[in-house]
Formats: sequence, C-alpha cells, structure tokens
Amino acid sequence: MAKGVRPRVKAPRSAEAGEVVVIKTLISHKMESGQRKDSDGNVIPRSIINRFTCEYNGAMVVDVEMHPAISTNPYFEFEATIPEAGDFQFTWYDDDGSVYEETKTVKVG
Amino acid sequence: MKFNAMTAVAALMLAVPGVASADPDDDNLVVNGEIEMTTKAPLPAHMEDANMDQIMSGWHFRSDETQALQMDDFDNSGMIFVDAGRDQWNAVEGSEGNSCASCHEGPESMEGVRAVYPKWDEEAGEVQTLAMQVNDCREENMGAEPYGYTSGQMANMEALISVQSRGMPVDVAIDGPAKETWEKGKELYYTRTGQLELSCANCHEDNYGMMIRADHLSQGQINGFPTYRLKNAKLNTVHARFKGCVRDTRAETYKPGSDEFVALELYVASRGNGLSVEGPSVRN
Repeated sequence: MAKGVRPRVKAPRSAEAGEVVVIKTLISHKMESGQRKDSDGNVIPRSIINRFTCEYNGAMVVDVEMHPAISTNPYFEFEATIPEAGDFQFTWYDDDGSVYEETKTVKVG
Repeated sequence: MKFNAMTAVAALMLAVPGVASADPDDDNLVVNGEIEMTTKAPLPAHMEDANMDQIMSGWHFRSDETQALQMDDFDNSGMIFVDAGRDQWNAVEGSEGNSCASCHEGPESMEGVRAVYPKWDEEAGEVQTLAMQVNDCREENMGAEPYGYTSGQMANMEALISVQSRGMPVDVAIDGPAKETWEKGKELYYTRTGQLELSCANCHEDNYGMMIRADHLSQGQINGFPTYRLKNAKLNTVHARFKGCVRDTRAETYKPGSDEFVALELYVASRGNGLSVEGPSVRN
C-alpha cells in the first residue's frame, strides 16, 4: 500500500444555480512509474493512481485514466456547472486496489 | 563592405543573449489573499558595503506561473509536506513516550521561531540551526533517533515550524555571542571555492538578475526555505541547497550540519533580515 496518500479538494461551499465553478484536486502519491530501478538494479514495481473520477449527484463530471508518465502528487483542475444543490463525489483508484474518496457539499443560493 | 555588415549583425545577435538580463519583477506576494509578504526590503545595516541596493526574495526571480503556485496554499505543493510534518509532530517516538505535542502542544506554539533561527544557544554554547534544535529535542526529550540533517522528515518538520511564522520578518541576531560564527559565515560567503573559483557573492551579489545558463540568478536568500522545487518535486533544505551550490563550483563541499554550513546559514539568513518568512516557498 502506498504511504502518505491524502486526497485534497478545493471546491466552493455555495454557488448560484447554473454557475460554473472551478474545482481543484490533488492527491499526494509517489506515482512510481515502474520504469525505475533501485540501487541494486531491481525494477521498482509500478504503483500509481490509475483513475480519477468526479461525480455530482451521481452524474459523471470527469473520468480520467492515468498512465505511468503522470508526475508525483497528481493535480487536476477543472470546471463544473452546478445545476442544483448537492454533493461532489471524488474518487481515486490506486494500482494496489485502494480507493480514496472525498466528498464536498455545495449549497445553492 | 557587405561582409563587414554581416559580421556586425552576427556580433549583435551574439551579444544580445549575453546582456539579456532576467530582471526581478515588481509583483506583490499575498498568500491565500490574506498573508502579505515583504519580498523587497532595504539592506540590513551590516550589508552597507554589499554590491546591491536592496534585498529581494527569490520569488521575484521566478515566472508568473511559478509565483502563482506560492500564492495559494492549495496550489503550493510544499503544503503536502507540512501535513506530513503535522503527523510527525503528533507521533509518539522514542524511549520517553513523547511526541513534539507532549511538550509543545500544537505546532502553533512555534510561531515566530523560524524567523530568529539560527540563533545562539546558551546551554549548548554554540549557534544552533532549527534542524539542530529539532534533533536535540528528539534525542534529549523524546529519546528518539535524530532525523538525517537534510532528510525528508527533517524538511517536513522545518516546513511545519516555518509555516507558523509566515509573513513575519526574518530577524536573526548577529551580535553578542553569535558574532564570531557570523563573521566566519561572512568569510565563507566571500571566499572563492572550487575549480570555477566562485564565491557565493560572485553569483548572488554581483550577478543576481542575470541568467546562469538557463536559470535566473536570485540573491540566494533563504527566507523561503524549506523550498519546494519543481525540479525534484520535494522540499529542499538550506544545507542541501548550499551543498548543491558549492558542488556546482566544482569544489569538495562541506557536510550538511557542519560548523561551516551552520555559520554560512547564519550569515545568509542575516542577509535576509527584513524579508518575510515564506517557507515552504515554491521555486523551480
């Protein structure tokens, strides 16, 4: 299991209906590519976050597939339209099967 | 005639990159829209003879994109390490059953500490850096193994302590018992080392604002340490940076934590007296 993994999200607490808001997400993760070797010449096994999704009230906002060239601590910034009050559900999927989740509630009005 | 004109043009083209300076900008650094940083300040009194007219944070020498990363804690990857430092702060280690929090409570109690280090420690009879103080605490009060001087854990802890003082002016004491160490640091700063025969001052005092190959030379201020560097995606400590700089002069370097680097840290810190503590800052 990857150590020191911690998801973070910055989203507004409230918005107007129909407003486009900026969402920032970052997860601390070493994103070991599987291409490197240790000092003994052995390949360091790949260990990355391979998928990131953001849903709003069950509707998919972004669904990102990640590959080994993504740098450490992957950061995503995107825009989302807020149709009504609800919850953002953020999910990160680790190579080792771990799933990291974060929820943010947005009020309207 | 035509040939001469061509030569002149070629000479001009060659000359342009040579004089292209990378002048620091005049932007203002405000973190999270609330912490206003002093990033330019008058020379400290002891720098009257220095070949410069004001002191400036390295932040001014970076691109707008890199600067922006430091203006919001969410975008500042150094804050990841502050969180890791907070976990270390609360972790009980060693034979005494203590964590940092056992004596110091919250890390907020460290407010103002980063601004005055390195400083003279009466009990130890020497100038101590923040890293030395952390390790003293670990060994004496926790019965724990000291952190490696430039290790990731040490950088995390320094970042956690530093962030409590963000925005406060650096104010290290250079008089009294610290004076001897400070003088030694000053001498090191102006001593040329290595096959390239460069002193700290050759780059960071005489030529800041110019390009050193593809990078901008700053004044070499350390008010922003520990520093998150985009080049290695981690926090970098002052002594690791000193080592890198001295190495780049093609010299055998002093060791991190050595008397020489402690003296140099005190001196370089004193050159930033008046700038705000920025750590963890973001640089490239």
